[in-house]
Amino acid sequence: MSDIKYTEDHEWIEVHGDGTATIGITDFAQDQLGDLVYIEIPEVGSEIVKGEDVSVIESVKAASDLIAPVSGTIIDVNTALEDEPEKVNDDPMGAGWFIKVEMSDASELEDLMDEAAYQACLD
Amino acid sequence: MSDNNSLFTTPLNALHLAAGAKMVPFAGYSMPVQYPMGILKEHQHTRQKAGLFDVSHMGQIRLIGDKATEALEKLVPVDIVDLPLFKQRYALFTNTEGGVLDDLMVTRIESGLFLVVNAACKQQDIAHLQTQLADACEIEVLEDRALLALQGPAAKSVMAKLAPASTEMVFMTAKDLSIDGIDCFVTRSGYTGEDGFEISVAADQAEALAEKLLAEEGVEWIGLGARDSLRLEAGLCLYGHELATDISPVEAKLNWALSPARRATGSRPGGYLGAEVILKQLETGVRRYRVGIQTEGKMPVRDGATLMTADGEVLGIVTSGGFSPTLNKPIAIGLVAASASAIDTKLYAKVRNKSVPVKVVALPFVKQNYYRG
Repeated sequence: MSDIKYTEDHEWIEVHGDGTATIGITDFAQDQLGDLVYIEIPEVGSEIVKGEDVSVIESVKAASDLIAPVSGTIIDVNTALEDEPEKVNDDPMGAGWFIKVEMSDASELEDLMDEAAYQACLD
Repeated sequence: MSDNNSLFTTPLNALHLAAGAKMVPFAGYSMPVQYPMGILKEHQHTRQKAGLFDVSHMGQIRLIGDKATEALEKLVPVDIVDLPLFKQRYALFTNTEGGVLDDLMVTRIESGLFLVVNAACKQQDIAHLQTQLADACEIEVLEDRALLALQGPAAKSVMAKLAPASTEMVFMTAKDLSIDGIDCFVTRSGYTGEDGFEISVAADQAEALAEKLLAEEGVEWIGLGARDSLRLEAGLCLYGHELATDISPVEAKLNWALSPARRATGSRPGGYLGAEVILKQLETGVRRYRVGIQTEGKMPVRDGATLMTADGEVLGIVTSGGFSPTLNKPIAIGLVAASASAIDTKLYAKVRNKSVPVKVVALPFVKQNYYRG
């Protein structure tokens, strides 16, 4: 079973049963950013710290950051985004995922929103 | 969003909202930055078909009277006196230091001159005109008119259908036209690098005109986002970026806009604010120049990034940077030291503490397609 949580920075984190999680940005986020033209892909093996920048997302309009929703180690990255950043616009919660991490502190998930709370925060 | 209530809106605001535009504050106006198509597709649409832009936030001003042309020459390094009726020229308001207060379009009309100035500078421009020229001519600010730009290869056929007399116009000329029954003042110009028209129309006719144009095959609303990427590809200056009070026209490589008649050997040399500085610069050159910047990778380099040598010596700054949908790679414009301004000079842009390899390239990035007849 997996469970999807959301952050105030408009990111999603799909928590898998084995202590790993997949991270991306929400449909609202991609819509606000506009057409993406460049995504800086972090390296597998690098450590991320909750609240800190993980990678840079550049749209036709401006640059913004992917902010770590949890702490942990990156175990996989979506290298397809290097050449096709538009995947994030087209399918932000599917083919447009950013990174997969091994979480170091599952209790950090407690601060995050479930889908209903996230939807409420958009309205 | 809370301050959106204090923003001005253009006469086309309701149409933008109905078209699903994303509105943003720009120069005191609520303006469409993009429509549902998105900036990339809007950009490509304009290059391939025709884009309709609401540029009603820009200032439209008439200088009325026999002495208007002579008077305006005090403020711009451009030949205005000999500008033929219904011809248009690009001009710059200079300051006493040889910098630029704004860039503008000047058209000779029967009553005098018609100016279009940047939205962000218009109050200051109007004050400048009133201070400098009020004795010589009447300054009429056209508050009750909208301005639409129709740009792209299909603009010509759309206009030919709705206003057959438009086919007689070439780049940088003007004409009073009836566009399917609506009286307009039209110039064949724009700021996208494409052939196209800028259409001044009474505010209360603007919606009807926009709807007629949008009903034509290939015409879509295009927002400010694509307007910026189009002008960047076309290598055109944007006030506040490549032009400013501390950047001279010579530094901005706008020598082509400095009319021969107003140069040292011309029939009316100097005689505008900052002329001594600018004429000297034309003779001796300047320490920095505007250049095109091409990145090696796919990471965009933005406005404000410093440009340096491999050793970290700062030689310039990026003034506009973004992504070129036509070339599918990042492009930028910068001001660099004369010593680093030669084509193919290799430099590094500092982006978030990284050094991104770039090189100096020729402008424009994408060929301009003006219709010169």
